[in-house]
Formats: sequence, C-alpha cells, structure tokens
Amino acid sequence: MIDTILSGDRPRSMTLAALLLIILVGLALAPFLFPGVRSLETAARICIFIVLVASYDLLLGYTGIVSFAHTMFFGLGAYGVALTSVHMGRGFDALAVGTVAGALAAAVLAFVIGLLSLRVRAIFFAMITLAVASAVAVLVSQLSQITGGEDGLNYLIPRELTPAFRFGEAFGVKLNGRLLAYYLVFGACLLLFLLLLRVVNSPFGRVLEAIRENDFRAEAIGYRVVAYRTLATCLSAAVAAVAGSIFAIWLRYVGPDTTLSFSIMLDILLMVVIGGMGTMYGAVIGATLFVLAQNYLQTLMGSASDATSALPLIPDLLSPDRWMLWLGVLFVLSVYFFPTGIVGRLRGAR
Amino acid sequence: MSEPILTLEGVYTDIAQYHILHDLDLAVPRGGVTMLLGRNGVGKTTTLRTIMGLWRTKRGTITLDGRDLGAMATAERARLGIGYVPEDMGIFSDLTVAENMTLAAASGPLDAARLEWIFAAFPPLRTFWRSEAGNLSGGQKQMLAIARAMAEERRLYLIDEPTKGLAPAIISTMAGALRDLKSRGASILLVEQNFAVAKALGDSAAVMDDGRVIWAGAMAELAGDAALQERLMGLSMETA
Repeated sequence: MIDTILSGDRPRSMTLAALLLIILVGLALAPFLFPGVRSLETAARICIFIVLVASYDLLLGYTGIVSFAHTMFFGLGAYGVALTSVHMGRGFDALAVGTVAGALAAAVLAFVIGLLSLRVRAIFFAMITLAVASAVAVLVSQLSQITGGEDGLNYLIPRELTPAFRFGEAFGVKLNGRLLAYYLVFGACLLLFLLLLRVVNSPFGRVLEAIRENDFRAEAIGYRVVAYRTLATCLSAAVAAVAGSIFAIWLRYVGPDTTLSFSIMLDILLMVVIGGMGTMYGAVIGATLFVLAQNYLQTLMGSASDATSALPLIPDLLSPDRWMLWLGVLFVLSVYFFPTGIVGRLRGAR
Repeated sequence: MSEPILTLEGVYTDIAQYHILHDLDLAVPRGGVTMLLGRNGVGKTTTLRTIMGLWRTKRGTITLDGRDLGAMATAERARLGIGYVPEDMGIFSDLTVAENMTLAAASGPLDAARLEWIFAAFPPLRTFWRSEAGNLSGGQKQMLAIARAMAEERRLYLIDEPTKGLAPAIISTMAGALRDLKSRGASILLVEQNFAVAKALGDSAAVMDDGRVIWAGAMAELAGDAALQERLMGLSMETA
C-alpha cells in the first residue's frame, strides 16, 4: 500500500522517514496544531513550495537541466487564475479555467524554449531561460492594463474559500472557508507531489536519470534525448504553473514580486540544494526548513537577543535585523556538511 | 563470403580540425565476428562512433542492410538494431543493474528467457541485480555493458575493446559470452587489442592504419601469417 502510494520510492532512512512523517502530520493538522493566521500562512506556503521545488528537481536533479525560468512558469499559473477571476468573476469555474490555461501556457512556452535551446549545450539553455524569464517579468510590469503592473491584481475567489464562510467550530478552531482553502492547498499539493514521485520512478524517470548521467550514452541506446528533455521541461513547467495557481488561490493577490521575482528563483535553488538534488524528498525537507527559517528565524533571533541582553556583542549579532546574514551562514554550513543535501546525507548514513 | 550487413564506403570523419578517417571502406559480413584491428590511434573507436552517428561523416555512405544511415540520428540508428558497447562501458552508474538492463530493452519489456541466457553468461549480474551499477567492479561493469547490448536481439553489435584492463578470468567469461552470442547468428564488429581473444573469436578481420582499412580478409589467414601481421601492425600475434 505504502509502496504503491510512494511509487516504490521509500525514504530508505529511518531518520528521513521520521522527518517526513512529522512534516506530513504537521501540515495535515496545521490549522489545529498551530492555530493562528501566521502559522497557517506558513503551512500553506510550505505545501506550495514543496511542489514548486519538486517540479524544479525534476528538471535539475533528475534531468540535469539548469533553468532560471521556473518562477516564470509559477507566475504564469498565478496570473492565469488572477486574470480569469478578474474577467470571469468569482467562481470555481474561473479557478479551474485559470489553472488549466496557466498550465497549458507554461507547457507551450516551455516547449518552445526547449525546442529552440535544448539541442545546444546546457549553459545556453540556462542563459536563454534567464533572458526569457527577465523579459516576461518586465512585460508583466509594463502591461499594467492587463496585469496590474507593479501593483499586481486583487480578485475575489469563491466565498466558500474565504473567512466569511463559517460553518462551526472544532477543537477550539473556527471552521471557515479559509480552513477549506488550506485543505484545498494541502490536498492539491499532496496529489501533485505524489504525481511527481510517480513520474520520477516510472520508466520515463529512469530515462531522464540516464540522460542526466550521460546524454550520449542514452542516445546510443535509442532514446531521443531532446524529446525526453523537452517533455521533462514541459511537465516541470506545467506543475510549477499549477503550484502558482494554488498560490494565487491562497493569496487572492498576484504581483511581480510574489510570483515572478528572481529572488524566488534563488530560494527554489537553495531549497533544492539544501534538501538534496534528485531525491524528491529533498524538496519536502528543503522547502520546509527554508520557509520556516524565512518566517521564524527573525522571531527566534529576537528571543535569543533578548535572552542574551546582559552579554556583550552577542545580542547585536543576534539582532533580528541580521536574520539574512544568519540565513546565509546556515546555507553555507548546510552545503558544507551536507554536500549531497540533507536527504542524500541521511540516505548515505543509513 | 556472405552479403555484408554493414557497409562503409569512402567515409571521412573529422574531429575538430583533425582528419581521423580518410576514405574508409569496410564491409561487415552478416553473421560472425569481424575484428577491427590496428595500432592505437588509427581510428578504430572513431569508426564505431561514426557508425553510431556520435561523430558525423564529412563524406561517404554507411548502409545497414541496404538502408543509408547518413541522415539518421544516433537514437534512430540504435532503434534500427545496432547495439553499441563503448570503450568506457557506457553504463549508468546511478541506476541499478536491473534499471540499466530495462533501459537497454528500448523496444519493450525484457524477455525472461533472454535474461536467463544473460545471467548464465554473466552470473554476477543476477547476484547484483538490485545494486547500483556504480558499485560494481570493473569486470562486472564490463559484463553489464555487454549484457545491455545483449538485452534485445540486434542486427549488429559494435563492441569496443571489451577485455581492456580485465583480469584473465573475466576475459575468459567475456570471450565465452561473445562466442555464445556469435553461435546465435549475431553479426559483431569487435575492436580488440588482445590478439588471443581476436584470434579465438574472429571470423574475418579488417586492419586499419591512418584512418583507413589497409587489409581485409579471413582472421585465420591473418593469424597464420606472422609476416603479414608484422607488416600491417608492426607486431606478431604469436609474440603478443
């Protein structure tokens, strides 16, 4: 049963299995275990970033393709939902149409980029994706009549997914549309993650791994490398776009900074590296740790700074304003101690 | 001699600014083992890579069973039935032995009877079936490389130095497997530096020098003529 759900890809480490279980239970029961707006926001963001990072890992970790356009695909999905919600009005039909349209647009764009550039060396593909992503970000900012420009777009989602829709209370937590929206995010992300797990453990996934290791060898045993790479790029882009759509449903707002910025691309890269490339479970660990650090490191440092206020220098070092510095230090340390990522290390130590 | 399964006519291949193959003519007979011999650096590996399309020809034609391979991509040539075992073995280290074998059977699932035959030829592959290929020994990796080519019925096998750097016991296993493959009617073009193996397996031979075939004929004729060996390759098989 478990094997079927995980497509035969077990964690292969007791510690990793325990960590994954804690994360799964934590996210599944987040509204009840950690009540509050901020914790729910963090939990939803973790779910969405797990899918986004896993879809990027399909490209980078499993196929060996470096792309800088992943946030662009994420943004296409988000803007798809935003634009249909603005033009079709609030409703589940608008969300569905926006999600499908965003995923299709992302897949088509990925197909075009892939067809034009995956035949050439990997570095050129990376450069082309960087150029296209930058162009799209500028375009979205400039086309303010359609996209809302730098201000982005606010829109209404179905009332059943908003806090105004209330239907009781359980375990001291108000049951409302926001809770339903969270479980929509959680359920959709879980399904997408399991889908990606199935993909990488299918014969298609094995060919991708073979291509990553040596594309000439894969070609010499009969696999059309460009076709496989293009398909992986399209699939990865479509899943990233769906993650973007889910993000847009959750936020009820899209803007260039929240969905298209290059800093999100860097975050994705860091999450993949910290978690462990080519493992899928690395996306779960990397995204969870990174989003938690982004949201709670400042608070944690504030408490530590207060607790050490009697000491010299240390409170200044632990000042919440320096959280980015410590995040950087944590990243350097994690790469140093876990060169194959946390999952790679845990699997190696079993 | 039977009708050739593979023919190269007037083939020229350049690698960057270097002219490696010049006006190469080669005919590989259907069924049996053709040895491609010659000193280091004469273009034997380039010939195999050119047949596979890993290097593009500048001029000349390559035909397999009468079909021109010239415009075909490497993957298409492989799907046409050419099994290629490169000099560096070409296995996928991150994948298991089972996954390597499954990938090699590109046209469908692995045939159980064929797999049993492969296990009989290379017993360690059964033992390490679920192990990562990167963890195998050098000899076992070479067994996997050849087994991968044997995973499906091929029209032609191109095998580049399968015994290079292997212990005598492994060489004997390797030669036994190739002999078995040959007995099933396979057509094999084999690059080999070990003359004892070449002599034992080869039906015909082509000797290369400076990017072209300078002699072609029966392996027995070459093996039995020390003066010819000396003239073509600068050494004698009896003393090698």
